[in-house]
Amino acid sequence: MNPLTLGRHLIERLGTEVISGIDGVGRMTNYLMRYFYWQTKPPFRIRLIFDQLYFIGNKSLFIICLAGSFTGAVMAYQTYFGFKLINVDSLVGPVVAITLAKELGPVLAGLIVAGRAGAAMAAQIGTMKVTEQVDALEVMGINSVQYLAVPRILATTLALPMLAAIFMFVGNFGSWVVGTKALLIDEAMYFSKLGEFMYLQDIWQGLIKSIVFGFIIAVIGTYFGFQVSKGAEGVGKGTNLAVVWGMISVLVLDYFLTSFLIQVL
Amino acid sequence: MLKFNDPAISIQNVTKKFDDHTVLNGLTFDIPRNKITTILGFSGAGKSTLLKHILGLLKPSSGVVEVLTQDLGLLDRIALREFRRNFGMLFQYAALFDSFTATENVAFPLREFTDLDIDEILDRAHGILDSVGIQKISHDKLPSELSGGMRKRVGLARALALSPQIMLYDEPTTGLDPITTKMVNELIVETAKIHKDRGLTSVIISHDVRASLAISDYVAFLDRGNIVEYLPAKEFANSPNPLVQEFVNL
Repeated sequence: MNPLTLGRHLIERLGTEVISGIDGVGRMTNYLMRYFYWQTKPPFRIRLIFDQLYFIGNKSLFIICLAGSFTGAVMAYQTYFGFKLINVDSLVGPVVAITLAKELGPVLAGLIVAGRAGAAMAAQIGTMKVTEQVDALEVMGINSVQYLAVPRILATTLALPMLAAIFMFVGNFGSWVVGTKALLIDEAMYFSKLGEFMYLQDIWQGLIKSIVFGFIIAVIGTYFGFQVSKGAEGVGKGTNLAVVWGMISVLVLDYFLTSFLIQVL
Repeated sequence: MLKFNDPAISIQNVTKKFDDHTVLNGLTFDIPRNKITTILGFSGAGKSTLLKHILGLLKPSSGVVEVLTQDLGLLDRIALREFRRNFGMLFQYAALFDSFTATENVAFPLREFTDLDIDEILDRAHGILDSVGIQKISHDKLPSELSGGMRKRVGLARALALSPQIMLYDEPTTGLDPITTKMVNELIVETAKIHKDRGLTSVIISHDVRASLAISDYVAFLDRGNIVEYLPAKEFANSPNPLVQEFVNL
């Protein structure tokens, strides 16, 4: 291929990607506007929100507790052997607690929920789309965004901070068990340093982050569910995109939220 | 072209374009009240687009769609949603909510749009399921546990739950075996008869020319976004239109 043709192909490809990106942003903006519009309109289906809270919150408890306890435990181990070298091993408790509160709690709980609930949302709505169940709702005069997306987004926004708080709690429990029972850090010292260095703002920072993560994960999960077309293959693709973009959003947003919250809290 | 006084649906010079592609092209025709009318046509003729215009799910690029004397173009989003309660629709594959049982599927529109208490809703749902021939033993089954024909019956029961003025059938017999096809056709005729007193209008979108001629009062033939033939079902097979003849004799 001569350089001119290659250059033209590259520019065309770049143009297509840019147009597709702008199109995607436009669709997402339009979807968000529809969500905010329908969120405020009656009927408010409280039962559906509780159903989703049960699925997203309660059904994620086991994996959150498992991940939280082992994350706290391993963090305690890793920091202990580093801190021991400079004789500050009593700081293991607050370091693990602050890390869990500010970063690991919201981010890991967010990644778990993106993988579990975000994928389920895209798959459920996508399957309903390809089997005309979404059309059936619309024909009945029920807005599909209001019926399917609003309860899921509200429930995830509510559930993720609770899951992140549980992650923090069991993570600290894991850290306490390893720190004081296995590594023999003095228990009184462990709690004294924890009280000295840990502030309420640290927990607030994590909870605020997890509220934003919960909202974004559910918006992305439901959005890709509604975008599904072309049968089972489309459902698989939509689910995959929901998980990938949900996780990317959590990680990227974490940086921006951290830099913002550090300034304001 | 057939003309009716006080039609249930009146399509007036409707054109629909998607970018440069014209799907409906100055379409004009009426669908009479209290009758079964079938719209036939090849794939891509614009049948589904027409159906979406009748339901108000799509807006025409130009022209007017009137349903029960209401110009759909004059309704705002909320009013249009409420207006859609005049329709019942049986989807090609029934489109039952797969996490709900048969009873829950039929109860769903009653729960959403009426103030009835739960016992009354369940009573009504069971009554409608009985009326379309679903036995009690199947009332609490999930759609995945029902046969194709039974799913159609439950889909019809759900569509009839709010006593619609207009029943729309989207390819009701596509993909069904001959016995189930016969059953679905009989069900359509039976439903029209039972609800004749309250003026139920039935509109069928179909490829199935034989069934259409057998069960319909009127048959229209859609080709490239326009009605090229519209006759009483008894006369349709004798249409001189070569496209219709090709379709009838396939």
